[in-house]
Amino acid sequence: MISAFGVPSSRPGTDPSSDFLRMPVHGPGTSFSELLRARVPSSSPGQLPGGLQAPEGTTVLALRYELGVVVAGDRRATEGFQIAHRSIEKVFAADDMSAVAIAGAAGPAVEMVRLFQTELEHYEKVEGERLSLEGKANKLSQMIRANLPAAMQGLVVVPLFAGFDDRRNQGRIFKYDVTGGRYEEDDYHATGSGGKDARSSLKKRYRTDLSREDAIKVSIEALFDAADEDVGTGGPDLMRGIFPTVSAISIAGIAEVPEEEIRSLFEELISERADEMRGPEGPPADMQRHAEEG
Amino acid sequence: MPMPFYVSPEQLMRDKADYARKGIARGRSVVALEYVDGILFVAPNASSTLYKISEIYDRIAFAGVGKFNEFEQLRIGGIRLVDIKGYSYSREDVTAKGLANAYSQSLGSIFTSEVKPFECEILVGAVGDRTEDNELFHILYDGSVADRSGWVAMGGASDRLLTELEQRYPEGYPGSAPDLSAALHISLDTLQTVEERELEGSGLEVAVLDRTRGRRKFRRLRGEALEELLH
Repeated sequence: MISAFGVPSSRPGTDPSSDFLRMPVHGPGTSFSELLRARVPSSSPGQLPGGLQAPEGTTVLALRYELGVVVAGDRRATEGFQIAHRSIEKVFAADDMSAVAIAGAAGPAVEMVRLFQTELEHYEKVEGERLSLEGKANKLSQMIRANLPAAMQGLVVVPLFAGFDDRRNQGRIFKYDVTGGRYEEDDYHATGSGGKDARSSLKKRYRTDLSREDAIKVSIEALFDAADEDVGTGGPDLMRGIFPTVSAISIAGIAEVPEEEIRSLFEELISERADEMRGPEGPPADMQRHAEEG
Repeated sequence: MPMPFYVSPEQLMRDKADYARKGIARGRSVVALEYVDGILFVAPNASSTLYKISEIYDRIAFAGVGKFNEFEQLRIGGIRLVDIKGYSYSREDVTAKGLANAYSQSLGSIFTSEVKPFECEILVGAVGDRTEDNELFHILYDGSVADRSGWVAMGGASDRLLTELEQRYPEGYPGSAPDLSAALHISLDTLQTVEERELEGSGLEVAVLDRTRGRRKFRRLRGEALEELLH
């Protein structure tokens, strides 16, 4: 039974919720995960039978700009060669100053984000102050490590964590590996099935002094390129009006970029690319020379 | 074998209640007032880090008076309880009533079964979509709960504070709820009259549950924001 009131009280007749109130303050400390493990043992997935196929999230990316960091993700979830969901959200606000973008097994990833969000808020409420960005990044690292048994059986979760560090006064990006290894990136990173393609695109477009608008443009272009090359990544769905989600985090906090802005940026990008492909003024391909060389 | 003296249950409970009441009256007070956008909490507090007022959940705040370690234990226990509940079920399933009930059970059983009762009183406030949907639960050292509206005072000379607040709070609740600045002045006047001393912004702990905010309605008012409202 999942019980909000924890284990049955040792004294019959008393409200078991008083367990929480009489638990020593230092008990599970400020860690919500510890508390959850102690009170709701069924919350941990444990070992699963092998060969499981579950929906997977695909491409997410983050890049730094002059005032902070931009995080973006496409909207597709796949199950093998099928589309499992067309409009899944992969970029989540972890709190006011940071975001997690998820790639990998969607179910455990979304659950991990929910736990992470609760963890950060729980700490803030109990302690009366926020965790440092470094502290948040380390906490997420531990949570990924705790998922290792499930990852060994295919349910890999590799999030991207980005936020504004108000102690250093800059945006920071952290990537992870499946064992919980945590690596900081100075400029940009992308992960998921289309991660490599998005990274190639970012590599060409990235500059250290991007403005917010340019950073959003670059991130949208990278997602477009990833969708162009990778079957798992969803591009802009003009027919249904589904567009990738982008959030920007600066000292003012996290703000999701309005859908209208993203839509018009995509429309601009598509018409630019279409012009390039029609190539009205481009030099005609010299077929004869190619034939001679080949 | 020495026989313990017989003490009647009435005597025992009265002694415990006297003991708890004395402890609570020794401490400073907390005042809570419903204002037009939510609930205002004001506490004279020299420390800027050891809080008497704090956030429990999206719409719920906590205030405690009396012995710090005791209400702090209740505060942390409450946060644990609601975070587990909100995570296991849904955020909207967390209610002030449920939390107040848990506090009441806990304080009640401590009062009857422990040698020393808790020397603290707590307030669970939740902001609703309209003033009449706000909830204010005042929970006493023995677990009894009172559902209040308009204003609450506890700790210190709470009886006098309540009389003063009643005189100052505009008539015709809920329609008459004052704005934030007016509510702050009412609380401050009341506290200054009863405590017979001048109170300044730096010696006050002020927080609101503001229904116009996003998901988390709790906000501390301090520094410039507080000074602006005080003048």
